[in-house]
Amino acid sequence: MTSYVARRLAWCVVVLVMVCAITFVIFFAVPGNPAQLIAGKYATPETIALVEKRLGLDQPLPIQFGRFLVHAAYGDWGFSYVSQQPVLATILTAFPKTLSLTFGAVVIWLLLGIPAGILSALKPGSIWDRSTMVFTLVGISAPAYWIGLVFLRVFADRMGWFPLGDYTEMGQGLLAWAHHLVLPWITLALLYAGWYARMTRAQMLDIARLDYVRTAYAKGLDKRVVVGRHIFRNALLPLVTMLGMDVAYLFGGAVLTESVFGIPGIGGLAWRAIRMRDLPMVMGTVLFAALFIVVANLIVDLLYFALDPRIQRETS
Amino acid sequence: MTAARRFARDRWALTGFVFLALLVVVAVAAPLVVGRVLHASPYRLGMMDKVKEGGRLVDVVSDGGIPIGPSASYPLGADLIGRDVLSRLIYGARVSLLVSTMGTLLAVLLGLLVGLLAGFYRGTVDTILSRFVDAMMAIPILLLAIALASVLPQGNVWTVVLILGLVNWTYLARIVRGEVLSLREKEFVEAARALGANDSVILARHLVPNLVGPLLVFGTLSMAGNILLESALSFLGVGIQAPTPSWGNMIQEGMAFYSVAWWVVLFPGIAILLTVVSLNLVGDGLRDALVPGSQERIGL
Repeated sequence: MTSYVARRLAWCVVVLVMVCAITFVIFFAVPGNPAQLIAGKYATPETIALVEKRLGLDQPLPIQFGRFLVHAAYGDWGFSYVSQQPVLATILTAFPKTLSLTFGAVVIWLLLGIPAGILSALKPGSIWDRSTMVFTLVGISAPAYWIGLVFLRVFADRMGWFPLGDYTEMGQGLLAWAHHLVLPWITLALLYAGWYARMTRAQMLDIARLDYVRTAYAKGLDKRVVVGRHIFRNALLPLVTMLGMDVAYLFGGAVLTESVFGIPGIGGLAWRAIRMRDLPMVMGTVLFAALFIVVANLIVDLLYFALDPRIQRETS
Repeated sequence: MTAARRFARDRWALTGFVFLALLVVVAVAAPLVVGRVLHASPYRLGMMDKVKEGGRLVDVVSDGGIPIGPSASYPLGADLIGRDVLSRLIYGARVSLLVSTMGTLLAVLLGLLVGLLAGFYRGTVDTILSRFVDAMMAIPILLLAIALASVLPQGNVWTVVLILGLVNWTYLARIVRGEVLSLREKEFVEAARALGANDSVILARHLVPNLVGPLLVFGTLSMAGNILLESALSFLGVGIQAPTPSWGNMIQEGMAFYSVAWWVVLFPGIAILLTVVSLNLVGDGLRDALVPGSQERIGL
């Protein structure tokens, strides 16, 4: 157990350093002068030289990368080029809003996706199964930002059921908070609900073919017991892995959803940062998302280890 | 039954394929289609022109300053500066299809190269490449694309192609590596080796041909993702830049006025949706046709 955890932790550190290296290469080692980008289009050569010196860009690349790593580890992620605020603090302020968005979306997509997948798997080829699969196909193929715009137009603008974008803190009332988030939640959830319905269905059908399921039926067990205890429980395991990863990957989807609905979360931050060419902020959001994903990955693996006795036996 | 016939029996996949084929024909023939049938080229600003609307000449922007909706002269309406949405959609198809096809090809090449090296040579090469792939995959695709877009020169179609290729090859590399790991243990590879074939012959003659199937399937599915990614980048303003029409930047341009001119936003979205659905259907159909025994499974 301890050796497994230790190995996983070491792996995590390796991946984190590599993520930092990729980010570093993108922002500092690409052809073109980052100092020029940071100083702006109309900067004088003196300003550029000053920026170069301040960022240590006159040093050789490996030394720059070392400094970059140390700064990243100490939480010194630089200052926004636009607001002059520290990048990490800005990201941490935006984080709860993205979490609010993610949380509701996860609940909705699990409640939609998994039951739909189970019902489909119970009667493959039925009308229900076919229509679910068509619906999920649309869900995974539609551009999320466009779905958001259509929702805004129909349910907020036309019907007036929901506010037109904007965001309310949870502290200002739970109802107002949820009311503002319903459309973004559904927008984000639709895509994943499609994937989860398909995954659940495929997993259940795969497992239903296995010998132990036949044995369970042969023992005379009720179909409900076999499906509930033997098939569904095992089909759930890969979904746990998927969920851990997807929650982390939501940062990607959040960029689009947050920019459409005007939610000031990390995605919205990244969007504004790109428009303003605020490189330290773009870099910060990329690093933060990657950090979050690596940690989520670790938690999922450890959870898996605790949940699945087979892995424990393999590693001991 | 051959793979082609299995594919042809899959009605959904075939429908998707026919749609894509038509789309490609229309996109390639865009100047003809738009010039002969439709009102205007996507680049021409029509704000000063009058068009025939119900038998009389009217301005392209109505009295209230609102763009003209779907009508006889503008089948899918006109945009905020009086350009025909349908002709821009058709020209946009050229850009979107070209960019995502080239981006996918680049991703397939990179994925094939890295996957082959990692799977064939194993050991240290594999460890380094696989850890690198892991690290790349720890950054959400859209954020990685945005990061690249913010440092690469903007406004260039090939920049977008490069970005799509650079962010999408990782999972193809994983798939290729997995396939190669099992293929390299097969008897025909051993036989080739016994006959004196060197590594490059084994790679090129024996392994790559066996990877065509998986690459075709996952390349198609990854192209579906690339259409979405290109449109998202253009929507965010870091992909294809105006005045070149792309489905994504058309939606972005229409966004500010979507409550009065919904058609500017709605139709490009439908175009994206139909194209991506078709690619997913074709991808699933190819998988079922090329990987026997997977018929009952839908989805990734």
